[in-house]
Amino acid sequence: MATQTFLDANELVLNMGPQHPSTHGVLRVILNLDGEKILGTDCVIGYLHRGVEKIAENRTYPMFTPYVDRMDYVASISNGLGYCLAVEKLMNLPAPPRAEAVRVILTELNRIASHLVWLGTHALDIGAITPLFYTMREREEALKIFENYCGARLTTHAFRIGGLQYETYDGFEEQVKAFCDAMEPRIDEYETLLTGNRIWIDRLKGIGILTAAECKQYGVTGPMLRAAGVKWDLRKAFPYSGYEKYEFDIPTRENADTYDRYIVRMQEMRQSVRIVRQAVANIPDGPIIAKVPKVVKPVPGEVYVSIEAPKGELGYYVVSDGTNQPYRVRVRPPSFINLQSLEKMAKGALIADIVAIIGTIDIVLGEVDR
Amino acid sequence: MRKLLRTIFLVDLAQGLWVTFRSQSTKNIYTEQYPAERPKVAERYRGAPRLNNNPDTGETLCICCDLCGFACPEQLIVVSSVRNPETRRKELTNFTYDVSRCMFCGLCEDACPVDCLELTQDFEIAQYSREGLIWDRQMLEEGPKPTQYSS
Ligand code: SF4
Ligand code: SF4
Repeated sequence: MATQTFLDANELVLNMGPQHPSTHGVLRVILNLDGEKILGTDCVIGYLHRGVEKIAENRTYPMFTPYVDRMDYVASISNGLGYCLAVEKLMNLPAPPRAEAVRVILTELNRIASHLVWLGTHALDIGAITPLFYTMREREEALKIFENYCGARLTTHAFRIGGLQYETYDGFEEQVKAFCDAMEPRIDEYETLLTGNRIWIDRLKGIGILTAAECKQYGVTGPMLRAAGVKWDLRKAFPYSGYEKYEFDIPTRENADTYDRYIVRMQEMRQSVRIVRQAVANIPDGPIIAKVPKVVKPVPGEVYVSIEAPKGELGYYVVSDGTNQPYRVRVRPPSFINLQSLEKMAKGALIADIVAIIGTIDIVLGEVDR
Repeated sequence: MRKLLRTIFLVDLAQGLWVTFRSQSTKNIYTEQYPAERPKVAERYRGAPRLNNNPDTGETLCICCDLCGFACPEQLIVVSSVRNPETRRKELTNFTYDVSRCMFCGLCEDACPVDCLELTQDFEIAQYSREGLIWDRQMLEEGPKPTQYSS
């Protein structure tokens, strides 16, 4: 029987975060280390908890719309879309076609903006600082469109229950088209910088593997699931807001590692540009908001609506008790559920890989903590 | 073989550097020199609130309906008014707006029936104290006066 010497008992506990810049916010990870090797991780979350779900119970339905933007603030428009769709379904009050088209355009632009933030920060964590400047430059163009459209850049509050508050501005179509035209060569540019770069490949290939079966086990959705080879996209599976009218592919990869997730997200940006082009080419005329009663008072009932947010399946479960305030709003945030897989992916990896693995999940802590 | 050549001649590195090199032109500067060069915000920008006056008479447009106060999710608008016994109309006495809690969502602006309350394009609303962020009627009518720097 071997006795333990001091050489065997060298397990080290290391705190990473909550102020660590590579944790994309205020995530604290407690790492159990054996030298450089990670034996286990423990996530401590809640530093950004604001009780959004509880706030919903004290607000009327329209009043709660600005709060959902503050969960995933990088993709606030997707959040607003999910909540508005849920309440519209509860009230049986579909948005008019013009509103749907504009919603699709803005949501897809937001998906591009969100992926650009992810790409820039992820590359920065790995050590490539150049892409950050370029991605921020393009994101700025997308944010300018949001600013011109609704008056805010990040927490946009662009959609209202039943449709849109604002009519598109003069030159909206041209600006969106110019953005699409500029975006495609720019994506090629990022790929030149990263896809073939040998440091990038060495740092990402084979890191953080999460197979399709494990993804399903953990409930992981979005680009992580698609990088494992599962062709699952809610825009195709359960089309909402008129997505069935647009032609696009679901990019998938087989290896389920960090590099494949990078490729999948790059492809998704291209597909988003494709959707935006189709949508902006024929925005139907007509009203932008359905006939919403002055006091939004759905009949008692409950509804679950999920959309494909940039990070995965974003679901809203809204329960109404017949008053003008929701009885309960439960959010299924993609970041929170995807974060669970961190332990599985990080086990056995090295310390240097943990930033890559956190980066590849694409979390936003506002959404994890809510 | 092709891969080997790419590795020997550092093709990926050269391509990446070429992208960086292409962006060196001074025409491609995107940085805004903020205090010296003030950005032009969009027409619909939701910034500092303002109470509009009737441009002809200089009287406030507000009819003291308190709809903005009801619409606000943060309940930060307090409208005080007295009823004029002669004309039977409400007259605005004070209007407080707590900018520190406002999230500039624009719901109050949408609720106002007479386009009196408006979120304007002023974006420099920082103050040295919290009390300074609770704006009264006078402040709301005049708007913030940020220091402007020029180069
Ligand atoms: S902008 Fe929104 S939070 Fe601010 S006062 Fe108006 S309704 Fe309230
Ligand atoms: S909604 Fe407009 S008119 Fe009514 S109290 Fe507010 S600012 Fe005055």
